Amino acid sequence: MSNSYEKYYVPAQSPWPIVGAVALFLIAVGAGNYINDITYQRTGFGGYLLFAGIVTLIIMLFGWFRNVIDESMSGLYSQQMSRSFRLGMSWFIMSEVMFFMAFFGALFYGRMIALNWLGGGGNNASTFAVLWPEFQASWPLLKTPGGTETQAMPATGLPMINTALLLISSVTLHFAHTAIEQNKRGQLKLMLLFTLILGFSFLSLQVYEYVHAYRDLGLTLASGFYGSTFFMLTGFHGVHVTLGAIILFFIFLRVLKGHFTPENHFGFQAAAWYWHFVDVVWLCLYVFVYVL
Amino acid sequence: MSGITETVAVDEHHDHKPKGFTRWLYTTNHKDIGSLYLIFSLVMFFIGGTMAMVIRLELFQPGLQFVEPHFFNQMTTVHGLIMVFGAVMPAFTGLANWMIPMMIGAPDMALPRMNNWSFWILPFAFLILLSSLFMPGGGPAFGWTFYAPLSSTYSSDSTALFVFSVHIMGISSIMGAINVIVTIFNMRAPTMTWMKMPLFVWTWLVTAFLLIMVMPVLAGAVTMVLTDKYFATSFFDAAGGGDPVLFQHIFWFFGHPEVYIMILPAFGIISSIVPTFARKPLFGYASMVYATGSIALLSFLVWAHHMFTTGMPVFAELFFMYCTMLISVPTGVKVFNWVATMWRGAMTFEAPMMFALAFIVLFTIGGFSGLMLAITPADFQYHDTYFVVAHFHYVLVTGAVFSIMAAAYYWLPKWTGYMYDEKLAQWHFWCSLISVNLLFFPMHFVGLAGMPRRIPDYALQFADFNALISVGGFLFGLSQLLFVWVVVKCARGGVKATAHVWEGSHGLEWEVPSPAPYHTFTTPPEVK
Amino acid sequence: MPLNMTQGVSDISQQVYNLHMTIFWICCAIGAVVFGLMFWSIFRHRKSRGVTPAQFHESTKVEVIWTSIPVVILILMAIPATKTLIAMEDTTEADITVLITGSQWKWHYEFLDHDVSYYSLLATPKEQINNRFAKDPNYLLEVDRPLVIPTDKKVRFLMTSDDVIHSWWVPAFAIKKDANPGFINETWTRVEEPGIYRGQCAELCGKDHGFMPIVVIAKTPEDFATWVATEEKRNAEAKAEEQALLAMNMSLEELMTVGERTYLGHCSACHQPSGQGLPGIFPALKGSQMALKDMAGHIDIVLHGKSGTAMQGFAKQLSLKEIAAVITYERNAWGNNTGDLVQAADVNAALQGKGD
Ligand code: HEA
Ligand code: HEA
Ligand code: CUA
Ligand SMILES: [Cu+2]
Repeated sequence: MSNSYEKYYVPAQSPWPIVGAVALFLIAVGAGNYINDITYQRTGFGGYLLFAGIVTLIIMLFGWFRNVIDESMSGLYSQQMSRSFRLGMSWFIMSEVMFFMAFFGALFYGRMIALNWLGGGGNNASTFAVLWPEFQASWPLLKTPGGTETQAMPATGLPMINTALLLISSVTLHFAHTAIEQNKRGQLKLMLLFTLILGFSFLSLQVYEYVHAYRDLGLTLASGFYGSTFFMLTGFHGVHVTLGAIILFFIFLRVLKGHFTPENHFGFQAAAWYWHFVDVVWLCLYVFVYVL
Repeated sequence: MSGITETVAVDEHHDHKPKGFTRWLYTTNHKDIGSLYLIFSLVMFFIGGTMAMVIRLELFQPGLQFVEPHFFNQMTTVHGLIMVFGAVMPAFTGLANWMIPMMIGAPDMALPRMNNWSFWILPFAFLILLSSLFMPGGGPAFGWTFYAPLSSTYSSDSTALFVFSVHIMGISSIMGAINVIVTIFNMRAPTMTWMKMPLFVWTWLVTAFLLIMVMPVLAGAVTMVLTDKYFATSFFDAAGGGDPVLFQHIFWFFGHPEVYIMILPAFGIISSIVPTFARKPLFGYASMVYATGSIALLSFLVWAHHMFTTGMPVFAELFFMYCTMLISVPTGVKVFNWVATMWRGAMTFEAPMMFALAFIVLFTIGGFSGLMLAITPADFQYHDTYFVVAHFHYVLVTGAVFSIMAAAYYWLPKWTGYMYDEKLAQWHFWCSLISVNLLFFPMHFVGLAGMPRRIPDYALQFADFNALISVGGFLFGLSQLLFVWVVVKCARGGVKATAHVWEGSHGLEWEVPSPAPYHTFTTPPEVK
Repeated sequence: MPLNMTQGVSDISQQVYNLHMTIFWICCAIGAVVFGLMFWSIFRHRKSRGVTPAQFHESTKVEVIWTSIPVVILILMAIPATKTLIAMEDTTEADITVLITGSQWKWHYEFLDHDVSYYSLLATPKEQINNRFAKDPNYLLEVDRPLVIPTDKKVRFLMTSDDVIHSWWVPAFAIKKDANPGFINETWTRVEEPGIYRGQCAELCGKDHGFMPIVVIAKTPEDFATWVATEEKRNAEAKAEEQALLAMNMSLEELMTVGERTYLGHCSACHQPSGQGLPGIFPALKGSQMALKDMAGHIDIVLHGKSGTAMQGFAKQLSLKEIAAVITYERNAWGNNTGDLVQAADVNAALQGKGD
């Protein structure tokens, strides 16, 4: 609790949430129809709705954040307000952690339990003997019980480089943070730029790796549980890196415009937290998806 | 856009309310948003209830009379989804929006714009869900638990829409929960210490924590269903090395905490109402807080009690059985504390108290059947029968829904500024009480006698009881029209309510005038 | 209707029943105490009686007491529950094993120790369900070919599924076990009295979940042996007839009659009697490209199903003759009128071709 109470800023009204609601609606209806359109290989309106939704969402984000930035710059926000933002962001990241947990949980269950049972372990001797007598349980799952074959993505090489890239980017971002606190604008800009470059290199390499997986390794979404978890985990991580990088890019623009002070830089900090979180997810991913 | 100058100009002493429908679309006011949630949830309750009426109509007699099996399954599924995500959860969020800032002396919710967003995406989510019923192939028909592969490989085209609408509901809940947590952490009046917080605030804090922990897991579950159906992944397909039971683990890791999400705020409401009408402080405040926490923690360790028949290894069955049984202990502590609060009080029995008393008895009955379900060998007989349906309607309808009605009567005077019509409310209570038991009590027996759930038609021996249940259902449904009547009447006028409203009321929300001004506590109050 | 759980006909089901009654009475007792106190309070401590409210609101002692007593009660419940559960899960030393496979919406039984296996389908006529005929006493609980098991033997059931999750439930044995596709669950029973026992699928498995009952006939070991012998003989004869058929050509009429019967029994639940399917979930056959043109594809999909969809393979469910007939029917009914004839030999050729 703060000892001295400042007035808490409650915006009177805002059109942005309802715009955002319409955007999500369009995205959901659009995507829902679009997915069926591609499944049936027909042309429909789904894609257009989806596109319209995304555009609306972007407009909404711009408008909403412009309001927040304006309010923040004109000093409407109290210390208490910035604590609200911080708390909000931390709990949002917590929810993201749980989203990834669902997929990690699936991975662990599949590896440790389902695979073992398909191979006759636990109380499933008959599963193996009657249904999958030819199946050999091993991880990575290179040949599924149904007979689909694939190759594993090695942990060395590209993924290792990627790990290094992300780790370094976390460090450079940290330097940027110390720079902001000591009001070293030059260092701040440079370090942010490094972070961005590292982030985008990571993404490009990731795209390259996917192409390699699909083309050379036969490792696809459809190649069984290994492919499913591999692509869903790295894929959602990739989406988050993309988001994080876009956010950092806008933070970079704001830095160029001279926003943020050593005391007041919640926007920067939120983006940084997000980036560090995405890094930690990658570390877990690297260990559990690639190495082990 | 949101004009900064305009907002700064808002005069706090003047009760400035924006006019027109943009007031509701653009609002950032916790009371407006609270009202929106509550109205939305009432509408959803009626839509979900109408589907229940379709179910009861078809089950009135053996044989297929009104609907096709495929449509029946859609009714069951969408009834469950609407009641859980559309009626009960938004009702609680609405109450949280209205009451939490007032109870802790905050000027508003911590993140007002996001608060609006959390609300307004909900109607859209349900619009998608409901309109999917009209698609070729029909809407979701795989039960609200959407077990794979019925919901993936074997489902209709609307599944993608179902998945995205659940995503939106999840986003809404998560943002709502973040708002509640941040508000409680950061917006309390300086003298409102943790152990002075009303229990409704405590239970909501814990609920919000549960929401943040499990809603994303639900999002993960629907996402895997989506990719299994449309993008050839094999999370739930043994041929690809997955396992259909994996789906159930993920779903119930969400699903079980979810049921406590639907009951903890109810506990908070009852803990507010009973002391008021017993004119005696709540017994065992601290132990109530600890019990709430224990229930929440235990709720993460019991999910597989929904999966006893899936063929888990014995040690897992035993572990989940023991943990589930343990939940009875903190829940029991709550029940005992309520009874002790009444003990040697001076009770009166206005509508909120009547609903609270009914809650205590009927929720406990639902809890007992829950405990019976927890006993694994017995659950083999109960599982997926009407015994389970009886269990969860006791905890959900006579539990959660009754608590919401109690809360509505309790706080209506504060919201509208008028007393509701007590006589009509008592009618509503007694009609509901009698019909709801006629509706759900016999379900225990048909379940024990062997009637599976989610069937549109049944063997002849169940006929008489099902007719009875259906009659109870129709009566209960009609009784709810009384509720709407009372609420509308109260909103339109009547006897003016005082600030305190109830003789025994305590707490900050009773310090402000009725109706509560548009902006309350722009400067923090002093807590005694 | 019995108002309580059945006691069943096995030792285990009896134990489960006892367990159920024990916890039930414990709950009643706790309820009586708690509600008793509450109602006492409601009657005595009401404002209208002019009482003044007491102000006590805390007591650690009481809290500890009413935390520990329930724990003790729970432990007392958990002990018998644990014992029963462990006994239920012990599937070792079985005398006979049956592999039970659920599929939309029928059960398949296969005796692993004998050459006997068959499908078991709902036998209640459509007219009764649609309220056009009076309903039999065993309405919805009747099947064409019940499962037969011996009494006084430990019978082990292996449970699996071809498509979605089903659950095999016979209350009299206190058995309810999910049939998960791709996995096998095990359970067992030892039935003491000969008789007919009925149950239902207990896991939502799609449209006709309510219409896949289970009937088990328990026979004395001697009667069971006789039954197995006749079944094995019948199986052998059916196979011989199948071979003979390969050399014969059936007429269009004959094919259409058999085909229609087969279609209504196995295909119409999804593709509808009109052949129009249910748009968005089950494709139409009327006017479909496959039924009009692609005969090889048509035979293949009926034999092997289509993975990733609800279309199951019928190679092991139907005889060659039935498959030939049903394909012919689909290619000529509802105005499809291709005039194509498919013979058992064609189907057999397709089946063998796939085999190498
Ligand atoms: C608000 C919702 C809510 C609540 C609070 C509960 C509470 C409990 N539930 Fe329930 N449950 C559901 C909603 C809820 N449930 C739903 C929706 C389903 C079905 C989902 C589906 O399949 O669709 C379900 C299903 C369900 C199952 C699975 C059944 C099956 O499918 O086979 C089980 C099994 O263990 C269970 C157990 C319990 C237990 C032990 C509690 C406990 O928390 C109850 C504790 C309370 C008491 C016990 C009473 C008070 C205590 C005392 C007076 C103290 C003294 C008592 C003793 C020592 C005995 N529930
Ligand atoms: C909070 C949640 C909640 C609530 C409030 C309810 C309320 C009701 N439920 Fe619900 N129910 C669930 C949650 C809930 N249910 C869930 C989760 C399932 C499982 C779904 C699944 O299996 O997947 C389920 C399943 C379920 C079934 C089993 C279906 C099946 O297995 O096939 C049945 C059957 O009777 C049923 C009945 C009812 C009835 C009669 C009400 C009544 O209380 C409703 C009363 C309300 C109204 C009727 C609306 C108001 C009045 C009017 C609209 C006026 C007009 C009235 C008339 C014309 C009479 N429910
Ligand atoms: Cu098979 Cu339900
Ligand atoms: Cu549960």
